[in-house]
Amino acid sequence: MTGSPDLQRSSEGNALALRATGAWTAPFAPALERLVADAEKLAGKAGNVSIDVSQVSKLDTFGAWLIERMRRSFTTGTVEARIDGLSANYASLVDEVRRVSLAPGDDATNVTITGMIGQIGRSVAGVVGTVAALIDMLGAVIVASGRVLIHPRSFRLTSTIHHLEQVCWRAVPIIVLITFLIGCIIAQQGIFHFRRFGADIFVVDMLGVLVLREIGVLLVAIMIAGRSGSAYTAELGSMKMREEIDALRTMGFDPIEVLILPRMLALVIALPILSFLGDIAALYGGGLVAWFYGGVDPEAFLLRLRDAISIDHFTVGLLKAPVMAAVIGIVACVEGLAVQGSAESLGRHTTSSVVKGIFFVIVMDGVFAIFFAAVGM
Amino acid sequence: MIQAVSDPIIRVRDVTVQFGKTRVLDGLDLDVKRGEILGFVGPSGAGKSVLTRTIIGLVPKLSGNIEVFGVDLDAADRAGRRAVERRWGVLFQQGALFSSLTVRQNIQFPVREYLKVSQRLLDEIMVAKLVMVGLRPDVADRFPSELSGGMIKRVALARALALDPELVFLDEPTSGLDPIGAGDFDELVRTLQRTLGLTVFMVTHDLDSLYTACDRIAVLGNGKIIAAGSMADMQASEHPWLRQYFHGKRARAVMG
Repeated sequence: MTGSPDLQRSSEGNALALRATGAWTAPFAPALERLVADAEKLAGKAGNVSIDVSQVSKLDTFGAWLIERMRRSFTTGTVEARIDGLSANYASLVDEVRRVSLAPGDDATNVTITGMIGQIGRSVAGVVGTVAALIDMLGAVIVASGRVLIHPRSFRLTSTIHHLEQVCWRAVPIIVLITFLIGCIIAQQGIFHFRRFGADIFVVDMLGVLVLREIGVLLVAIMIAGRSGSAYTAELGSMKMREEIDALRTMGFDPIEVLILPRMLALVIALPILSFLGDIAALYGGGLVAWFYGGVDPEAFLLRLRDAISIDHFTVGLLKAPVMAAVIGIVACVEGLAVQGSAESLGRHTTSSVVKGIFFVIVMDGVFAIFFAAVGM
Repeated sequence: MIQAVSDPIIRVRDVTVQFGKTRVLDGLDLDVKRGEILGFVGPSGAGKSVLTRTIIGLVPKLSGNIEVFGVDLDAADRAGRRAVERRWGVLFQQGALFSSLTVRQNIQFPVREYLKVSQRLLDEIMVAKLVMVGLRPDVADRFPSELSGGMIKRVALARALALDPELVFLDEPTSGLDPIGAGDFDELVRTLQRTLGLTVFMVTHDLDSLYTACDRIAVLGNGKIIAAGSMADMQASEHPWLRQYFHGKRARAVMG
């Protein structure tokens, strides 16, 4: 009974009779659309149009709408198209689609030169907004910290410890592994190139200064921006999406104090610890390579290291860590709170949290380099 | 359009579902007849949603047999499954609209995937579905996050109905709606069932819905169907949970 649909035409004088047969249902929609489009070409030529649907074996919204569309295109001025032979079962469906009035289609956004230039302008203006949002969040966090200092009981210790476990303790294996490998690579490259000048031993100087001052903390900060910054943004973003942050606010809690301060504090504590571990792992890796690949035995390595580096190198590295942690945390929280209702928005802000986090970490590193050069450390 | 004949559109036989050590469904049998609105009730946590998800194939079952449209979904190949999935629509409890697509794109999504039709027809069908579920066409370009709870349910229903399915699963369609909105929704389901000849499988806690919209009621308890029949059968039942459910304070208020 579900034969493929057809639309037969017969004209007597000025009158046009259309007879629909078969199943007018969704699976046949492409074929139905062609049939109806063919028939609609006759619109305006006939004086009296009737559409006979008594032979239709099955009808659904698609079929009913196409019949209704046909009726509308034949109904012009004085001509009124009729639908005949409608069974009682289908009458309500046809009535239903008759209520449909088509809204004008949405305007597709045009890609124009002015539009593209405007887009660039908006992005540049957006940079100002980004910096303003970061400063705003920094201020809010400082105010919240001040409040917590005055009322220490409102400090969320459990939450801070929980986040500390997530961003510090659980990050140790991967951080140690990566910095160890980087230490190995730096030592290997150093030995490979210094050997030509017979300066193998200076690889220890390079490794020590580079790892303690720059690579250790920078690498750890970038890893943490990718690992914990993204997690913060995703957590806060999905809480925002589900109105959890609004719920907190209505209960009289400050989301900055409850959600953001413990996370920031955990990061600020974690990053120096992780940097320290990373420094050790990188020096250890470099020492192993120097021993097995460069023939510098551990005793000579340690002796040389003691001469090459001072406590300043180590302090410089560790001083940078908490500041970078704060930058990563603030970027991640600002992005998390900027998430709108959709999954796409969550993804966009998480990406942007990591990208901006790493960018600001590197900018801060440059600022520190100038600062420490000026103070002579 | 399709008469309520007695051949079952869903046939569930001896289905057991277990999560870890908790047995949620225990040798459950259920038939849903073509063209009827089946209301599915039971205490919270009894496994109503689990059964729905098992039938749809989202939850794996330990044993048993489920046929939808006479097709055993475990035995069916990919094409067979797709053919069945094309014929049903599902309204999830939270709507489950795609949050990064507009209402228009949400409703058109299944149609676009299954049928090669013009953008014009897609847009017209989208408007028709919106009108059917009682929404104005101007919500079409909004995102789900910009809709109210009731509107989300309606758009989700419009999406479930996009391909003119023969069978729709509604998981608590009226929860979270105001009584008037819920009443409208029941009315809507009834109208759609009449006009489109739908079979409706409705999980609900709403006594009003059961009373006004459902042809038949099935009750889940202890992992089995403890009763199935008309509202009158339910009220006549001596089962303690049923007595409490259908003769409690709230029930008396509904039935007067």
